Amino acid sequence: MKTAYLLAAFAPLVGAILAGLFGRQIGRAGAHTVTIAGVAISFAASLWTLFDVLQGNTFNGTLYQWASVGGVNLEVGFLIDTLTATMMCVVTSVSLMVHVYTIGYMAEDPGYQRFFSYISLFTFSMMMLVMANNFLQLFFGWEAVGLVSYLLIGFWYTRPTAIHANLKAFLVNRVGDFGFILGIGLVLAHFGSLDYAQTFAAAPGLADRTIELIPGSPWSLLTVACICLFIGAMGKSAQFPLHVWLPDSMEGPTPISALIHAATMVTAGIFMVARMSPLFELSDTALGFVITIGAITALFMGFLGIVQNDIKRVVAYSTLSQLGYMTVALGASAYGVAIFHLMTHAFFKALLFLAAGSVIIGMHHDQDIRNMGGLRKYMPITWITSLIGSLALIGTPFFSGFYSKDLIIEAARFSNVPGAGFAYFAVLAGVFVTAFYSFRMYFLVFHGEERWGKAAHGHDAAHDDHGHDEHHHGLAPGQKPHESPAVITVPLILLAIPSAIIGLLTVGPMLFGGFFDDVIAVDAARHPAMAEIASRFHGWFALATHSVVTPAFWLALAGVGSAWYCYMVNPKLPAAIKASAGGIYRLLDNKYYLDRFNEVVFAGGARLLGRGLWKGGDQGLIDGIAINGSAKLVGWFSGVLRLAQTGRLNSYAITMIAGVALLLLFVVLPLLRG
Amino acid sequence: MSSFPTLSAAIWIPILFGVALLVLGKDRNAPMVRVVALVGALLGLLVTLPLFTEFDRAASTMQFVEKTGWIDMLGANYHLGVDGLSVWFVILTAFITVIVVIAGWESITERVAQYMASFLILSGVMVGVFSALDGLLFYVFFEATLIPMYIIIGIWGGPNRVYAAFKFFLYTLLGSLLTLVALVWLYLESGSFSILDWHMLPLSLEAQIMIFVAFLVAFAVKVPMWPVHTWLPDAHVEAPTGGSVVLAAIMLKLGAYGFLRFSLPIAPDASHELAGFMITLSLIAVVYIGLVALVQTDMKKLVAYSSIAHMGFVTLGFFIFNQMGVQGAIVQMISHGFVSGAMFLCIGVLYDRLHSRNIADYGGVVNSMPKFAALFMLFSMANAGLPATSGFIGEFFVILGAVQYNFWIGLIAASALIWGAAYSLWMYKRVIFGAVANDKVAKLQDVSRREFWMLTVLAALVIGMGVYPKPVTDMTEASIDALLKHVSVSKIK
Repeated sequence: MKTAYLLAAFAPLVGAILAGLFGRQIGRAGAHTVTIAGVAISFAASLWTLFDVLQGNTFNGTLYQWASVGGVNLEVGFLIDTLTATMMCVVTSVSLMVHVYTIGYMAEDPGYQRFFSYISLFTFSMMMLVMANNFLQLFFGWEAVGLVSYLLIGFWYTRPTAIHANLKAFLVNRVGDFGFILGIGLVLAHFGSLDYAQTFAAAPGLADRTIELIPGSPWSLLTVACICLFIGAMGKSAQFPLHVWLPDSMEGPTPISALIHAATMVTAGIFMVARMSPLFELSDTALGFVITIGAITALFMGFLGIVQNDIKRVVAYSTLSQLGYMTVALGASAYGVAIFHLMTHAFFKALLFLAAGSVIIGMHHDQDIRNMGGLRKYMPITWITSLIGSLALIGTPFFSGFYSKDLIIEAARFSNVPGAGFAYFAVLAGVFVTAFYSFRMYFLVFHGEERWGKAAHGHDAAHDDHGHDEHHHGLAPGQKPHESPAVITVPLILLAIPSAIIGLLTVGPMLFGGFFDDVIAVDAARHPAMAEIASRFHGWFALATHSVVTPAFWLALAGVGSAWYCYMVNPKLPAAIKASAGGIYRLLDNKYYLDRFNEVVFAGGARLLGRGLWKGGDQGLIDGIAINGSAKLVGWFSGVLRLAQTGRLNSYAITMIAGVALLLLFVVLPLLRG
Repeated sequence: MSSFPTLSAAIWIPILFGVALLVLGKDRNAPMVRVVALVGALLGLLVTLPLFTEFDRAASTMQFVEKTGWIDMLGANYHLGVDGLSVWFVILTAFITVIVVIAGWESITERVAQYMASFLILSGVMVGVFSALDGLLFYVFFEATLIPMYIIIGIWGGPNRVYAAFKFFLYTLLGSLLTLVALVWLYLESGSFSILDWHMLPLSLEAQIMIFVAFLVAFAVKVPMWPVHTWLPDAHVEAPTGGSVVLAAIMLKLGAYGFLRFSLPIAPDASHELAGFMITLSLIAVVYIGLVALVQTDMKKLVAYSSIAHMGFVTLGFFIFNQMGVQGAIVQMISHGFVSGAMFLCIGVLYDRLHSRNIADYGGVVNSMPKFAALFMLFSMANAGLPATSGFIGEFFVILGAVQYNFWIGLIAASALIWGAAYSLWMYKRVIFGAVANDKVAKLQDVSRREFWMLTVLAALVIGMGVYPKPVTDMTEASIDALLKHVSVSKIK
């Protein structure tokens, strides 16, 4: 066990405890100092760990034994390898940027210390999740990040929408965890261990084991276990149909939308499946399920991004769609590519969220992009960094997102699991959609007519991003947007750099240099996608220049061009389209009616059933009919005993003493005699 | 091992203090009464300390054994002892007694001596139940728990207390009458009242089933298992806060403990034979009761129903016959002692201020009681089984054990992840979050120093156990192994 591992994991926890329990004593500056120090230490230790791992120093060991039950060892421990170290660096670097940014963003909020405590606690939980060497600790981290997410979505706890959203997020995640825990249960039942190394080593031997969940139809154990585990990933990583919580999570303050609901927590499911690659590789059915769910999410969530008018919700739907891309890569057995996209996405999506936050501050907490326009003149740093983020997101050659997304499309093309054909279509079509909604937002916010500063603007779809709802929000007539202070713009710049260049720097060594060789298992004979991509890879420069002959490049260009035409050249067109395609628009505007469906069928159904069982079962059948007979007896009894109920203290006390005396006599007297 | 009679001390010290308070205590010297009660409770906790420090963790046999002749004519002995299955409940009982004495410090102003005495006597009697190794002695203690609790509900309870107290009393008394028959039958069959002898007594399957059913009626009512659970919500609603805490934290465990000490080892073949039935009842408790809890409008009723659902996990764990299951069940019982106790204390804190248990009367409490909101959040999360709280471990183990036993049983049990979160957090949302609902909420005072430390100690235990449960499981493991080995061998003669 190296000190760096402990520092990386526990330094943020110390910060969180200090800021959380002693927030009043150490004050605002104290709170952000200790938490930023904790995360900075963690970041430094993570970087050190990454370099150490690159020297070949991996680690798998126990921190302490949590419990032991029936010979099964349940431990808290770390597994440090390239996958872990990569995740550690991504988590802590984005977290550090978000911590700094928060100083500016939350400057006026009364819950300042509490906020810093939460985001540091989140960082600790996420580190425990990615550093785990066993399923138990994974589940610990898994639920702990869910808890912090719950606390942060409901950070402004007086707002009805926020406390609805956080409950919804927790419950939908619990549906995922329900599958997840069953997957863990199956692993334990058949492998006899929850340790990664032991399970993965035993997995090939269990490839042919079947279980009969329905008598007479044997199913592959690993298929069932992997699908159960993946249901957990669907909750945490917001895959269709468990994605419904993520857009609503935008009720939380913007820094956590960047950190938790874009860059890190929501990628936990992706990380988990990559970590479990030795299990998933053994089931084509499970991989087919994964790739199909991913493809649905990638394309259909992208469509929803087109009709959103709240700046944060556009980015949120884009996050959903990108998580779908990562899931497609997982299903295609290109686990390394999924992690690679996870990394690039963490940087550019955190950047886009933080830039959106900067715009929100500049607009005095108006989030409706229809009320913006022309901001590039007033917020130059936000503008340029947003442009870099958007270019990375749509996959512009040489930008980081290009490398990861292009390889996902290639992986889907060469994959042969069931559903891969649909997935290839979905990720290609998704390129156009991504480019369209990204630049729709970009043009509406930073270019064109300045639509702000008009007294009565309808921001029906917009949400105030601060607790004081009663306050005026949006720019008053005559007010102008302003660029944000340095604590906000410096993180934007620091995130813009990797958004632009980290792809070209790392694509070669990370994906084709044997970086993940000992960590991620791919059965190249059965799942050739990764090998096919590798055989076609001739360096980052060639990949980017070659892109002009790929459909993805032209689709992205067409998306940007369409957005430019619709929102810059002919701004009346979108309204006309909306009017002529009313049915489709309503379907998208209502998010495919999934929220309504869940409200009515699941939430409403559970309440109806509960009330029925309570009134009909407990009060009607059990108490009403079965107990009724005895109740009559009680009536008779109480009639007799009423004589004893004088209501006077003395008689009660005497009754009691008599009872106790009887007890004493019965137990003690024979003892004395004997 | 010291020759000091640890278990007798744990039984009789609180009882003696209780009797002394009854005799000497008056409402005019209430402050003195409270201090004496606290001293009695603390002494009772202190004497259980050797149970933790000197307990032989490798042994599965009875420890701290005391045995003297009691009723020679019947061959009944004053025979006490604990093993890994019972030791924690002795400690838990002594601990919870300290908590309830502190909880009633200010809110009980009338008949203080009698109130405190009831809890002290109840504490000693319950320790007696957990440590009795003689069938008759067990029965005396088991029945004796009814008297103080009946009085607690009947005197310091809410407006409908008489109905609730009677329902409680009759339900449990009628339930345990058959137990007496079974005990006498076992005595006649074996010529002894020793529970350990009964464990070794060969019995035909028919006889085992009769015994099992006779015990089941009593224990199922106490746990309580569906469908004999309806006394519990009423009892909780009418009981004073301390009564609810003891009821949920300890008294429900008496029934569950009965399964471990009597049903499983005395009638192992019947236990296997009827496992499907027991599992079905347990799963109904998890799902049906979970849904019923969701729609409650009274906070105490909600937590009462959630207790029934959590106890469903306990009985489920017993009857899947693997280490994960039984270990999970025992851990769940201990954790539930902390968590449900804390939940009722939290509701008591609110009730003391607003005199309402109605969820609809609250809203936005966090605005006026931030410290309370933080503590209540922790306990609600523990109630929902969040990892790193004690509430997680039991559920997790039982679900893992259930999946091992049968995937579908595991699946139904795992649905508790959803129900538990739904009813706990939905209540939390409506009570604590939101804008200030009314003037009364706006004027709420945050927790006093006494309340704060009382809840903080529980919070520390909930987290401590969640992060490091090994001290608990280490003490139970050997006995669980022995029990499962015993249960796996047929006793049919």
